[in-house]
Amino acid sequence: MNLSIKHLFGLEGVPKEDIDSILDTAFSFREVLERPIKKVPTLKGVTVVNLFFENSTRTRISFELAEKRLSADTVNFSAASSSLTKGESLRDTIQNLFAMKMDVVVMRHPVPGSVKLLAQFVDAVIINAGDGTHEHPTQALLDMMSMKEKYGSLNGLNVAIIGDIRHSRVALSNIFGLKTMGANVLLCGPPTFIPYGAESLGVKVTYNLDEALEFADVVNILRIQRERQGKGQIPSLREYRNVYGVTQQRLSKLKRPITIMHPGPINRGVEVDSDVADSEHSIILHQVLNGVAVRMSILYLLAGGR
Amino acid sequence: MNFKMKSHLMDELALKRTITRLAHEIVERCKGTENMRIIGIRTRGEFLAKRLARKIEDAEGVKIQVGILDTVMYRDDFRIKKQLPAIELTDIPFDVDGKILVLVDDVIYTGRTIRAAMDALMDFGRPSAIQLVVLIDRGHRELPIKADYIGKNVPTSDNEEVRVRMKESDGKDEILLVEVNQ
Repeated sequence: MNLSIKHLFGLEGVPKEDIDSILDTAFSFREVLERPIKKVPTLKGVTVVNLFFENSTRTRISFELAEKRLSADTVNFSAASSSLTKGESLRDTIQNLFAMKMDVVVMRHPVPGSVKLLAQFVDAVIINAGDGTHEHPTQALLDMMSMKEKYGSLNGLNVAIIGDIRHSRVALSNIFGLKTMGANVLLCGPPTFIPYGAESLGVKVTYNLDEALEFADVVNILRIQRERQGKGQIPSLREYRNVYGVTQQRLSKLKRPITIMHPGPINRGVEVDSDVADSEHSIILHQVLNGVAVRMSILYLLAGGR
Repeated sequence: MNFKMKSHLMDELALKRTITRLAHEIVERCKGTENMRIIGIRTRGEFLAKRLARKIEDAEGVKIQVGILDTVMYRDDFRIKKQLPAIELTDIPFDVDGKILVLVDDVIYTGRTIRAAMDALMDFGRPSAIQLVVLIDRGHRELPIKADYIGKNVPTSDNEEVRVRMKESDGKDEILLVEVNQ
Protein backbone atom coordinates (compact mmCIF):
# COMPACT_ATOMS: atom_id res chain seq x y z
CA MET A 1 0.00 0.00 0.00
CA ASN A 2 3.02 2.33 0.03
CA LEU A 3 2.71 5.18 -2.46
CA SER A 4 5.51 5.78 -4.94
CA ILE A 5 5.48 9.49 -4.01
CA LYS A 6 6.96 10.81 -0.74
CA HIS A 7 5.31 14.26 -0.89
CA LEU A 8 2.22 15.58 -2.61
CA PHE A 9 3.47 18.56 -4.62
CA GLY A 10 0.93 18.17 -7.40
CA LEU A 11 -0.71 15.54 -9.59
CA GLU A 12 1.64 16.01 -12.53
CA GLY A 13 3.45 12.72 -12.98
CA VAL A 14 1.68 10.92 -10.11
CA PRO A 15 1.02 7.36 -11.34
CA LYS A 16 -2.46 5.87 -11.65
CA GLU A 17 -1.73 3.25 -8.96
CA ASP A 18 -1.06 6.00 -6.41
CA ILE A 19 -4.28 7.83 -7.28
CA ASP A 20 -6.23 4.56 -7.06
CA SER A 21 -4.77 3.86 -3.60
CA ILE A 22 -5.57 7.38 -2.40
CA LEU A 23 -9.18 7.22 -3.62
CA ASP A 24 -9.83 3.68 -2.31
CA THR A 25 -8.44 4.55 1.12
CA ALA A 26 -10.48 7.76 1.12
CA PHE A 27 -13.72 5.79 0.75
CA SER A 28 -12.73 3.73 3.82
CA PHE A 29 -12.00 6.87 5.83
CA ARG A 30 -15.26 8.52 4.85
CA GLU A 31 -17.09 5.88 6.87
CA VAL A 32 -15.35 7.24 9.99
CA LEU A 33 -17.02 10.61 9.36
CA GLU A 34 -20.45 8.97 9.70
CA ARG A 35 -19.75 7.38 13.09
CA PRO A 36 -21.01 8.67 16.46
CA ILE A 37 -17.37 9.19 17.51
CA LYS A 38 -15.67 10.60 14.42
CA LYS A 39 -12.09 9.99 15.46
CA VAL A 40 -9.56 7.20 14.99
CA PRO A 41 -6.10 6.90 16.63
CA THR A 42 -4.26 6.23 13.37
CA LEU A 43 -1.87 9.22 13.41
CA LYS A 44 -1.47 9.57 17.16
CA GLY A 45 1.87 11.24 17.88
CA VAL A 46 2.28 12.73 14.39
CA THR A 47 2.56 16.52 14.35
CA VAL A 48 1.21 18.48 11.41
CA VAL A 49 1.74 22.16 10.78
CA ASN A 50 -0.70 23.99 8.54
CA LEU A 51 1.22 26.85 6.92
CA PHE A 52 -1.16 29.23 5.21
CA PHE A 53 0.38 32.20 3.46
CA GLU A 54 -2.87 32.92 1.64
CA ASN A 55 -6.43 33.13 2.86
CA SER A 56 -8.43 29.97 2.85
CA THR A 57 -11.54 28.82 4.64
CA ARG A 58 -12.64 25.47 3.39
CA THR A 59 -9.26 23.99 2.52
CA ARG A 60 -7.75 24.95 5.88
CA ILE A 61 -10.75 23.72 7.86
CA SER A 62 -10.91 20.55 5.81
CA PHE A 63 -7.23 19.77 6.43
CA GLU A 64 -7.54 20.61 10.10
CA LEU A 65 -10.57 18.35 10.49
CA ALA A 66 -8.82 15.52 8.63
CA GLU A 67 -5.81 15.83 10.94
CA LYS A 68 -7.95 15.88 14.06
CA ARG A 69 -10.10 12.94 12.96
CA LEU A 70 -6.85 10.96 12.66
CA SER A 71 -5.65 12.08 16.14
CA ALA A 72 -2.63 13.99 14.81
CA ASP A 73 -1.47 17.07 16.72
CA THR A 74 -1.93 20.20 14.69
CA VAL A 75 -0.35 23.63 14.72
CA ASN A 76 -1.77 26.43 12.63
CA PHE A 77 0.26 29.19 11.15
CA SER A 78 -1.12 32.08 9.18
CA ALA A 79 1.19 34.60 7.62
CA ALA A 80 -0.73 37.67 8.78
CA SER A 81 -0.15 37.04 12.50
CA SER A 82 3.43 35.74 12.25
CA SER A 83 6.99 37.02 12.58
CA LEU A 84 7.03 37.39 8.80
CA THR A 85 5.48 40.79 9.45
CA LYS A 86 8.58 41.59 11.57
CA GLY A 87 10.84 40.90 8.59
CA GLU A 88 11.83 37.27 9.19
CA SER A 89 12.47 35.35 5.97
CA LEU A 90 10.29 32.41 4.94
CA ARG A 91 13.23 30.07 5.26
CA ASP A 92 14.03 31.18 8.82
CA THR A 93 10.39 30.99 9.88
CA ILE A 94 10.08 27.48 8.58
CA GLN A 95 13.39 26.24 9.93
CA ASN A 96 12.45 27.55 13.36
CA LEU A 97 9.12 25.77 13.19
CA PHE A 98 10.83 22.55 12.22
CA ALA A 99 13.39 22.80 14.99
CA MET A 100 10.32 21.97 17.13
CA LYS A 101 10.00 18.57 15.36
CA MET A 102 7.17 18.60 12.87
CA ASP A 103 6.37 15.51 10.80
CA VAL A 104 4.09 16.92 8.13
CA VAL A 105 3.62 20.33 6.60
CA VAL A 106 0.52 21.37 4.70
CA MET A 107 1.29 24.57 2.82
CA ARG A 108 -0.60 27.13 0.80
CA HIS A 109 1.54 29.82 -0.74
CA PRO A 110 0.99 32.35 -3.54
CA VAL A 111 4.23 31.44 -5.36
CA PRO A 112 4.05 28.51 -7.81
CA GLY A 113 6.61 25.83 -6.92
CA SER A 114 7.09 27.06 -3.34
CA VAL A 115 6.29 23.60 -1.94
CA LYS A 116 9.23 22.07 -3.77
CA LEU A 117 11.55 24.73 -2.40
CA LEU A 118 10.32 23.91 1.10
CA ALA A 119 11.23 20.24 0.62
CA GLN A 120 14.87 21.24 0.16
CA PHE A 121 15.33 22.54 3.66
CA VAL A 122 13.03 20.57 5.92
CA ASP A 123 12.82 16.86 6.58
CA ALA A 124 9.07 16.38 6.62
CA VAL A 125 6.24 15.12 4.45
CA ILE A 126 5.00 18.05 2.38
CA ILE A 127 1.45 18.41 1.11
CA ASN A 128 0.53 21.17 -1.30
CA ALA A 129 -2.68 22.98 -0.34
CA GLY A 130 -2.40 25.32 -3.34
CA ASP A 131 0.69 27.03 -4.75
CA GLY A 132 -0.30 30.15 -6.64
CA THR A 133 -1.81 29.42 -10.05
CA HIS A 134 0.08 26.12 -10.28
CA GLU A 135 -1.56 23.11 -8.55
CA HIS A 136 -4.12 22.26 -5.87
CA PRO A 137 -3.84 18.46 -5.82
CA THR A 138 -6.13 17.65 -2.88
CA GLN A 139 -9.00 19.56 -4.52
CA ALA A 140 -8.54 17.56 -7.72
CA LEU A 141 -8.42 14.31 -5.75
CA LEU A 142 -11.66 15.08 -3.95
CA ASP A 143 -13.23 16.03 -7.29
CA MET A 144 -12.11 12.69 -8.73
CA MET A 145 -13.38 10.84 -5.66
CA SER A 146 -16.80 12.46 -6.11
CA MET A 147 -16.88 11.52 -9.80
CA LYS A 148 -15.78 7.97 -9.03
CA GLU A 149 -18.47 7.69 -6.38
CA LYS A 150 -21.12 8.69 -8.91
CA TYR A 151 -19.87 6.81 -11.98
CA GLY A 152 -17.82 3.91 -10.55
CA SER A 153 -14.83 4.66 -12.77
CA LEU A 154 -13.11 7.66 -14.29
CA ASN A 155 -12.00 5.80 -17.38
CA GLY A 156 -13.75 7.22 -20.44
CA LEU A 157 -15.72 9.76 -18.41
CA ASN A 158 -16.33 13.08 -20.20
CA VAL A 159 -15.47 16.00 -17.95
CA ALA A 160 -15.85 19.65 -18.95
CA ILE A 161 -14.04 22.28 -16.89
CA ILE A 162 -15.66 25.65 -17.31
CA GLY A 163 -14.40 29.11 -16.43
CA ASP A 164 -11.11 30.79 -15.66
CA ILE A 165 -8.77 27.93 -16.54
CA ARG A 166 -5.73 30.18 -16.90
CA HIS A 167 -5.62 31.34 -13.29
CA SER A 168 -6.93 28.11 -11.79
CA ARG A 169 -4.76 25.67 -9.86
CA VAL A 170 -7.87 23.53 -9.46
CA ALA A 171 -8.16 23.19 -13.23
CA LEU A 172 -4.51 22.27 -13.75
CA SER A 173 -4.52 19.57 -11.04
CA ASN A 174 -7.82 18.22 -12.39
CA ILE A 175 -6.38 18.00 -15.88
CA PHE A 176 -3.29 16.07 -14.75
CA GLY A 177 -5.27 13.71 -12.53
CA LEU A 178 -8.16 13.08 -14.90
CA LYS A 179 -5.87 12.42 -17.86
CA THR A 180 -3.89 9.90 -15.80
CA MET A 181 -7.14 8.14 -14.88
CA GLY A 182 -8.27 7.91 -18.51
CA ALA A 183 -10.99 10.57 -18.53
CA ASN A 184 -11.65 12.87 -21.50
CA VAL A 185 -11.25 16.50 -20.57
CA LEU A 186 -12.71 19.53 -22.34
CA LEU A 187 -11.90 23.09 -21.29
CA CYS A 188 -14.42 25.84 -21.87
CA GLY A 189 -14.28 29.58 -21.27
CA PRO A 190 -13.64 32.89 -22.98
CA PRO A 191 -10.31 32.96 -24.89
CA THR A 192 -8.78 35.29 -22.30
CA PHE A 193 -9.27 32.51 -19.70
CA ILE A 194 -7.83 29.61 -21.73
CA PRO A 195 -4.05 29.28 -21.47
CA TYR A 196 -2.03 29.35 -24.67
CA GLY A 197 -1.15 25.84 -25.80
CA ALA A 198 -3.66 24.11 -23.52
CA GLU A 199 -4.11 21.30 -26.08
CA SER A 200 -0.56 20.15 -25.36
CA LEU A 201 -1.89 18.78 -22.04
CA GLY A 202 -4.04 16.31 -23.99
CA VAL A 203 -7.32 18.18 -23.56
CA LYS A 204 -9.79 19.69 -26.00
CA VAL A 205 -10.82 23.33 -25.93
CA THR A 206 -14.06 25.07 -26.87
CA TYR A 207 -15.26 28.63 -26.45
CA ASN A 208 -18.88 27.54 -26.75
CA LEU A 209 -20.65 26.56 -23.52
CA ASP A 210 -23.49 24.65 -25.21
CA GLU A 211 -20.93 22.50 -26.99
CA ALA A 212 -19.21 21.77 -23.65
CA LEU A 213 -22.51 20.84 -21.98
CA GLU A 214 -23.42 18.58 -24.90
CA PHE A 215 -20.10 16.71 -24.48
CA ALA A 216 -20.09 16.39 -20.71
CA ASP A 217 -21.10 13.70 -18.22
CA VAL A 218 -19.79 16.03 -15.54
CA VAL A 219 -19.17 19.78 -15.50
CA ASN A 220 -16.71 21.23 -13.03
CA ILE A 221 -17.57 24.92 -12.88
CA LEU A 222 -14.81 27.21 -11.65
CA ARG A 223 -15.32 30.35 -9.63
CA ILE A 224 -15.04 33.68 -11.38
CA GLN A 225 -12.42 35.39 -9.30
CA ARG A 226 -13.98 38.78 -8.69
CA GLU A 227 -10.56 40.23 -7.94
CA ARG A 228 -9.77 39.79 -11.63
CA GLN A 229 -12.57 42.14 -12.61
CA GLY A 230 -11.55 45.35 -14.31
CA LYS A 231 -8.37 43.87 -15.76
CA GLY A 232 -9.76 43.59 -19.25
CA GLN A 233 -10.27 39.83 -19.18
CA ILE A 234 -14.05 39.82 -19.13
CA PRO A 235 -16.27 42.79 -19.98
CA SER A 236 -18.56 42.36 -16.95
CA LEU A 237 -19.93 39.69 -14.63
CA ARG A 238 -23.31 40.12 -16.29
CA GLU A 239 -21.93 39.45 -19.74
CA TYR A 240 -19.95 36.48 -18.43
CA ARG A 241 -23.14 35.05 -16.99
CA ASN A 242 -24.98 35.53 -20.27
CA VAL A 243 -22.34 33.67 -22.27
CA TYR A 244 -20.77 31.20 -19.79
CA GLY A 245 -23.24 30.93 -16.90
CA VAL A 246 -24.58 27.40 -16.36
CA THR A 247 -28.34 27.91 -16.15
CA GLN A 248 -31.34 25.62 -15.99
CA GLN A 249 -32.43 27.00 -19.35
CA ARG A 250 -29.25 25.72 -21.03
CA LEU A 251 -29.36 22.39 -19.22
CA SER A 252 -32.99 21.75 -20.18
CA LYS A 253 -31.94 21.68 -23.85
CA LEU A 254 -29.81 18.59 -23.22
CA LYS A 255 -31.02 15.05 -23.81
CA ARG A 256 -29.63 13.74 -20.52
CA PRO A 257 -28.88 15.18 -17.09
CA ILE A 258 -25.28 16.07 -16.32
CA THR A 259 -23.57 16.17 -12.95
CA ILE A 260 -22.78 19.61 -11.55
CA MET A 261 -19.60 20.23 -9.55
CA HIS A 262 -18.00 23.38 -8.17
CA PRO A 263 -14.92 23.72 -5.92
CA GLY A 264 -16.43 26.73 -4.11
CA PRO A 265 -16.88 29.42 -3.09
CA ILE A 266 -19.81 29.84 -5.49
CA ASN A 267 -20.81 33.12 -7.06
CA ARG A 268 -24.49 32.32 -7.39
CA GLY A 269 -26.00 33.90 -10.47
CA VAL A 270 -22.62 34.36 -12.17
CA GLU A 271 -20.89 31.13 -13.20
CA VAL A 272 -23.82 28.98 -12.04
CA ASP A 273 -27.40 29.67 -11.05
CA SER A 274 -28.77 28.77 -7.63
CA ASP A 275 -31.36 26.31 -8.93
CA VAL A 276 -28.60 24.43 -10.79
CA ALA A 277 -26.16 24.45 -7.86
CA ASP A 278 -28.89 23.14 -5.53
CA SER A 279 -30.47 20.66 -7.96
CA GLU A 280 -30.56 16.88 -7.54
CA HIS A 281 -27.77 16.57 -10.10
CA SER A 282 -25.41 18.76 -8.09
CA ILE A 283 -22.80 16.95 -5.96
CA ILE A 284 -21.22 20.12 -4.59
CA LEU A 285 -21.83 19.26 -0.94
CA HIS A 286 -20.57 15.69 -1.48
CA GLN A 287 -17.35 17.25 -2.69
CA VAL A 288 -16.94 19.02 0.64
CA LEU A 289 -17.43 15.83 2.68
CA ASN A 290 -15.18 13.85 0.35
CA GLY A 291 -12.55 16.56 0.82
CA VAL A 292 -12.07 15.61 4.47
CA ALA A 293 -11.90 11.90 3.60
CA VAL A 294 -9.39 12.37 0.78
CA ARG A 295 -7.14 14.47 3.03
CA MET A 296 -7.29 11.79 5.74
CA SER A 297 -6.28 9.26 3.12
CA ILE A 298 -3.29 11.31 1.94
CA LEU A 299 -2.15 12.00 5.50
CA TYR A 300 -2.31 8.29 6.34
CA LEU A 301 -0.61 7.12 3.18
CA LEU A 302 2.21 9.67 3.35
CA ALA A 303 2.72 9.98 7.11
CA GLY A 304 1.35 6.69 8.49
CA GLY A 305 4.76 5.08 8.43
CA ARG A 306 6.53 7.86 10.35
CA MET B 1 9.96 -16.86 2.85
CA ASN B 2 9.25 -20.56 2.39
CA PHE B 3 7.19 -22.86 4.53
CA LYS B 4 6.74 -26.53 5.27
CA MET B 5 3.39 -28.22 5.80
CA LYS B 6 3.13 -29.61 9.35
CA SER B 7 -0.45 -30.79 9.70
CA HIS B 8 -3.96 -30.52 8.37
CA LEU B 9 -6.08 -29.01 11.15
CA MET B 10 -9.50 -29.00 9.48
CA ASP B 11 -11.06 -29.93 6.17
CA GLU B 12 -14.33 -28.69 4.70
CA LEU B 13 -16.56 -31.04 6.70
CA ALA B 14 -14.78 -30.41 9.99
CA LEU B 15 -15.06 -26.66 9.46
CA LYS B 16 -18.76 -26.97 8.73
CA ARG B 17 -19.34 -28.95 11.92
CA THR B 18 -17.31 -26.50 13.96
CA ILE B 19 -19.33 -23.56 12.64
CA THR B 20 -22.56 -25.40 13.47
CA ARG B 21 -21.40 -26.04 17.03
CA LEU B 22 -20.20 -22.45 17.52
CA ALA B 23 -23.52 -21.11 16.19
CA HIS B 24 -25.47 -23.15 18.76
CA GLU B 25 -23.14 -22.12 21.60
CA ILE B 26 -23.58 -18.46 20.74
CA VAL B 27 -27.38 -18.63 20.74
CA GLU B 28 -27.39 -20.60 24.00
CA ARG B 29 -25.09 -18.19 25.79
CA CYS B 30 -26.78 -15.04 24.45
CA LYS B 31 -30.18 -16.52 25.44
CA GLY B 32 -31.61 -16.02 21.99
CA THR B 33 -30.82 -13.61 19.21
CA GLU B 34 -32.86 -10.48 19.87
CA ASN B 35 -30.08 -8.31 21.25
CA MET B 36 -27.25 -10.01 19.43
CA ARG B 37 -25.33 -8.65 16.45
CA ILE B 38 -22.43 -10.38 14.70
CA ILE B 39 -19.34 -8.49 13.57
CA GLY B 40 -16.62 -10.07 11.44
CA ILE B 41 -13.06 -8.80 11.30
CA ARG B 42 -11.76 -8.47 7.74
CA THR B 43 -10.93 -10.57 5.79
CA ARG B 44 -11.72 -14.11 6.84
CA GLY B 45 -13.55 -13.12 10.01
CA GLU B 46 -16.11 -11.51 7.71
CA PHE B 47 -16.73 -14.77 5.85
CA LEU B 48 -16.95 -16.71 9.10
CA ALA B 49 -19.36 -14.16 10.56
CA LYS B 50 -21.64 -14.53 7.56
CA ARG B 51 -21.55 -18.32 7.75
CA LEU B 52 -22.30 -18.25 11.48
CA ALA B 53 -25.18 -15.84 10.89
CA ARG B 54 -26.66 -18.11 8.21
CA LYS B 55 -26.40 -21.09 10.53
CA ILE B 56 -28.17 -19.23 13.33
CA GLU B 57 -30.83 -17.99 10.93
CA ASP B 58 -31.52 -21.59 9.83
CA ALA B 59 -31.75 -22.84 13.40
CA GLU B 60 -33.77 -20.00 14.89
CA GLY B 61 -35.79 -18.80 11.92
CA VAL B 62 -34.79 -15.17 12.41
CA LYS B 63 -32.75 -12.63 10.46
CA ILE B 64 -29.29 -11.90 11.91
CA GLN B 65 -27.57 -8.61 11.19
CA VAL B 66 -23.87 -8.78 10.33
CA GLY B 67 -21.31 -5.97 10.39
CA ILE B 68 -17.80 -5.87 8.93
CA LEU B 69 -14.89 -4.31 10.76
CA ASP B 70 -11.46 -3.28 9.48
CA THR B 71 -9.06 -2.80 12.39
CA VAL B 72 -6.10 -1.21 10.60
CA MET B 73 -6.90 2.36 11.73
CA TYR B 74 -6.60 1.16 15.35
CA ARG B 75 -3.51 -1.00 15.03
CA ASP B 76 -0.29 -0.33 16.93
CA ASP B 77 2.12 -1.90 14.50
CA PHE B 78 1.87 -0.12 11.15
CA ARG B 79 4.70 2.19 12.07
CA ILE B 80 7.13 -0.70 12.53
CA LYS B 81 6.17 -2.54 9.36
CA LYS B 82 7.80 -1.91 6.00
CA GLN B 83 4.54 -1.93 4.09
CA LEU B 84 1.71 0.33 5.17
CA PRO B 85 -1.40 -1.85 5.45
CA ALA B 86 -4.34 -1.03 3.18
CA ILE B 87 -7.42 0.34 4.92
CA GLU B 88 -10.62 -1.35 3.77
CA LEU B 89 -14.19 -0.33 4.35
CA THR B 90 -15.84 -0.84 7.73
CA ASP B 91 -19.59 -1.41 7.48
CA ILE B 92 -21.65 -1.62 10.65
CA PRO B 93 -25.19 -0.94 9.45
CA PHE B 94 -26.90 -0.99 12.86
CA ASP B 95 -26.93 0.77 16.21
CA VAL B 96 -24.64 -0.99 18.69
CA ASP B 97 -25.98 0.65 21.88
CA GLY B 98 -27.20 -1.97 24.36
CA LYS B 99 -26.42 -4.85 22.01
CA ILE B 100 -24.34 -7.97 22.59
CA LEU B 101 -21.69 -7.79 19.89
CA VAL B 102 -20.26 -11.14 18.86
CA LEU B 103 -16.87 -10.42 17.34
CA VAL B 104 -15.58 -13.03 14.89
CA ASP B 105 -12.01 -13.68 13.72
CA ASP B 106 -10.27 -16.68 12.19
CA VAL B 107 -7.16 -17.01 14.36
CA ILE B 108 -6.26 -15.48 17.71
CA TYR B 109 -2.52 -15.11 18.37
CA THR B 110 -1.06 -12.08 20.21
CA GLY B 111 -4.49 -10.54 20.85
CA ARG B 112 -3.50 -7.19 19.37
CA THR B 113 -6.04 -7.33 16.55
CA ILE B 114 -8.82 -7.96 19.06
CA ARG B 115 -7.62 -5.04 21.20
CA ALA B 116 -7.83 -2.83 18.09
CA ALA B 117 -11.27 -4.24 17.24
CA MET B 118 -12.64 -3.53 20.72
CA ASP B 119 -11.33 0.04 20.61
CA ALA B 120 -13.02 0.48 17.23
CA LEU B 121 -16.36 -0.91 18.44
CA MET B 122 -16.40 1.46 21.40
CA ASP B 123 -16.35 4.34 18.91
CA PHE B 124 -19.66 3.15 17.50
CA GLY B 125 -21.50 3.43 20.81
CA ARG B 126 -21.96 1.51 24.05
CA PRO B 127 -22.60 -2.18 23.50
CA SER B 128 -23.92 -4.09 26.54
CA ALA B 129 -21.19 -6.70 25.98
CA ILE B 130 -18.59 -7.83 23.47
CA GLN B 131 -17.94 -11.54 23.05
CA LEU B 132 -15.26 -13.17 20.94
CA VAL B 133 -15.45 -16.15 18.58
CA VAL B 134 -12.32 -17.59 16.98
CA LEU B 135 -11.86 -20.62 14.80
CA ILE B 136 -8.33 -21.34 16.02
CA ASP B 137 -6.63 -20.26 19.24
CA ARG B 138 -2.91 -20.73 18.70
CA GLY B 139 -1.72 -19.28 22.04
CA HIS B 140 1.11 -16.76 22.60
CA ARG B 141 -1.08 -13.94 23.89
CA GLU B 142 0.62 -10.59 24.56
CA LEU B 143 -2.48 -8.98 26.05
CA PRO B 144 -4.99 -10.20 28.65
CA ILE B 145 -7.60 -11.31 26.09
CA LYS B 146 -9.47 -14.59 25.93
CA ALA B 147 -11.99 -15.95 23.42
CA ASP B 148 -15.52 -16.89 24.58
CA TYR B 149 -16.07 -19.46 21.84
CA ILE B 150 -13.21 -21.46 20.32
CA GLY B 151 -13.32 -23.76 17.31
CA LYS B 152 -10.09 -25.53 18.15
CA ASN B 153 -7.15 -24.98 20.49
CA VAL B 154 -3.88 -25.55 18.67
CA PRO B 155 -0.63 -25.24 20.65
CA THR B 156 1.97 -23.77 18.29
CA SER B 157 5.52 -22.51 18.36
CA ASP B 158 6.66 -19.08 17.18
CA ASN B 159 7.98 -20.30 13.85
CA GLU B 160 4.66 -21.89 12.95
CA GLU B 161 1.67 -20.28 11.28
CA VAL B 162 -1.97 -21.20 10.93
CA ARG B 163 -3.23 -20.81 7.36
CA VAL B 164 -6.98 -20.50 7.10
CA ARG B 165 -8.35 -20.93 3.60
CA MET B 166 -11.99 -20.28 2.82
CA LYS B 167 -14.05 -20.74 -0.32
CA GLU B 168 -14.98 -17.06 -0.46
CA SER B 169 -11.35 -15.94 -0.89
CA ASP B 170 -9.25 -19.03 -1.58
CA GLY B 171 -11.54 -21.37 -3.49
CA LYS B 172 -11.60 -24.10 -0.85
CA ASP B 173 -12.13 -24.67 2.87
CA GLU B 174 -9.16 -25.94 4.86
CA ILE B 175 -6.98 -25.03 7.80
CA LEU B 176 -3.29 -25.90 7.81
CA LEU B 177 -0.47 -25.63 10.30
CA VAL B 178 2.78 -24.73 8.56
CA GLU B 179 6.35 -24.13 9.64
CA VAL B 180 7.85 -20.90 8.34
CA ASN B 181 11.58 -20.46 7.76
CA GLN B 182 12.63 -16.87 7.32
